[in-house]
Amino acid sequence: MKTSDDPIYDSAKRGPVALEELRGIFQYRDLIFQLVRRDIVARYKRSVLGIAWTMLQPLGMMVILSLVFSTLFQSVKGYPSYILSGLIAWTFFAQTTSAMITQIVWGGALLKQIYLPRTSFSVSAVGTGLVNLAFSFIPLVLIIILFGLPLYWSILFVPVSMLLLAAFALGVGLIISTLAIYFPDVSEMYAVVLVAWMYLTPIIYPEELVPEAYRFWIFNLNPMYYLVKVFRVPLFEGTLPDTLTLATAAGISILTLLIGWFFYSNKADEFAYHL
Amino acid sequence: MNMAELNNQPNTVIHLQDVTVRYRLPGERIHTFKEYVIRILQNKIKFKDFYALKNINLEIPKGEIFAIIGNNGAGKSTLLKVISRVLIPTQGRVWIKGAVSPLLELGAGFHPELTGRENIFLNGTILGHPIREIEEHMDEIIEFSELGDFIDSPLRTYSSGMYARLGFAASTSWEPDILILDEVLSVGDETFRKKCEARMRGFRTGGTTSILVSHSMESVMSLCKSAAWLDRGTIRLVGTASEVVKAYRQAQSGA
Repeated sequence: MKTSDDPIYDSAKRGPVALEELRGIFQYRDLIFQLVRRDIVARYKRSVLGIAWTMLQPLGMMVILSLVFSTLFQSVKGYPSYILSGLIAWTFFAQTTSAMITQIVWGGALLKQIYLPRTSFSVSAVGTGLVNLAFSFIPLVLIIILFGLPLYWSILFVPVSMLLLAAFALGVGLIISTLAIYFPDVSEMYAVVLVAWMYLTPIIYPEELVPEAYRFWIFNLNPMYYLVKVFRVPLFEGTLPDTLTLATAAGISILTLLIGWFFYSNKADEFAYHL
Repeated sequence: MNMAELNNQPNTVIHLQDVTVRYRLPGERIHTFKEYVIRILQNKIKFKDFYALKNINLEIPKGEIFAIIGNNGAGKSTLLKVISRVLIPTQGRVWIKGAVSPLLELGAGFHPELTGRENIFLNGTILGHPIREIEEHMDEIIEFSELGDFIDSPLRTYSSGMYARLGFAASTSWEPDILILDEVLSVGDETFRKKCEARMRGFRTGGTTSILVSHSMESVMSLCKSAAWLDRGTIRLVGTASEVVKAYRQAQSGA
């Protein structure tokens, strides 16, 4: 016979939802792991080159972009690795947040049938993104060596940059996917916003290209400017990001994550009514 | 909300108190964000209230196989969702003792590209089991599913019967505290159904409470001790399975 210390669920005695959600994610950590595994295995199972595509994709993009733009941006020394370092940071952000929106659809079918922490699919999308991001370091290092650029010790700082980027992506993704549940148009709109956002962030062009007068509006008010910088500087310039940039990036990421987490988990009870 | 202690019978595992689920359907469908903002500004959003469940009171004791019957749209699935914590009721209180494990719809929680074995892991963690426990149950699940060597083939190569067997095996290899079955006994062939029913009877001796929604009155009468009849969101009758089925049938033929 079952013991009497079975867990008790009482809809009249629930704690703060954002905290419950966090506890849920910890309890279901094996699920998060399985979801990440599923995403990676399923994506590459039927392709011949398999996991190599994670590396080939940004590499291909980089080759195209450097062919197209290298004459334009001759001033940047080691332009291909400049692009690639910005591009993999951006790709991570764009893919992860978009994946979170689509995951809500797959996950939604499940969330209607069984209790799961509602952030499971979003958290696992970030996990998948981080695995892919880690893999894309292989072509990056290859390019750096190929172009005879120095490989700096400051590369060891990059995991911190990745975490900040991941926190920001999770926060943005949670906000957008909550909106997308109520307004399906949001996901289409977001795809367009992403394109504009990418061109407003110095990914493929050097920062100096933008006239001084516009820099405040384009850079200082753009969270991704700081996050890409924190990611790129240790790779490309061989120094740690300056304190102000780092503090701003960290502040933005943590704040966005908190807002997204609270917003999503407070709306999550209604999801089953809407999905 | 009423925070007072519930007066549970000593062996109650599920207690619903005045549970109401209300869907607010927009009077007309608003699809775009722009439209929505305009409507809010014009203060023109009209809602139609739809009560999927109205003031449901129900107490289910431990170790029973309990049936919920009723016509389509009576609120049976909504009731199961409230019990499995998927839907938080608009009003009222849900009290559940023990882990609830719903038998998922076919295909939910599975991925077609993954093998049967990989899917057992995925499905198991969705049901909230740690990986270590899934490993311990793996052989038993594979045996019960009768999939043999197919267990290492991708799921997309399975027939729907194989799918159903894997699904049932993967979610019932644990003795859950509370098992939720929404019309699952209607899939699969006769042998498979017998096997499922046998497993449910086995669970009952182990102390599992099962709640089942079915349109097959034969299954209800042979499996269940008590039943509830739902009609348009309210409970018409709770009693022994044969009593409730009889009343339901009478109402059906009268209508």
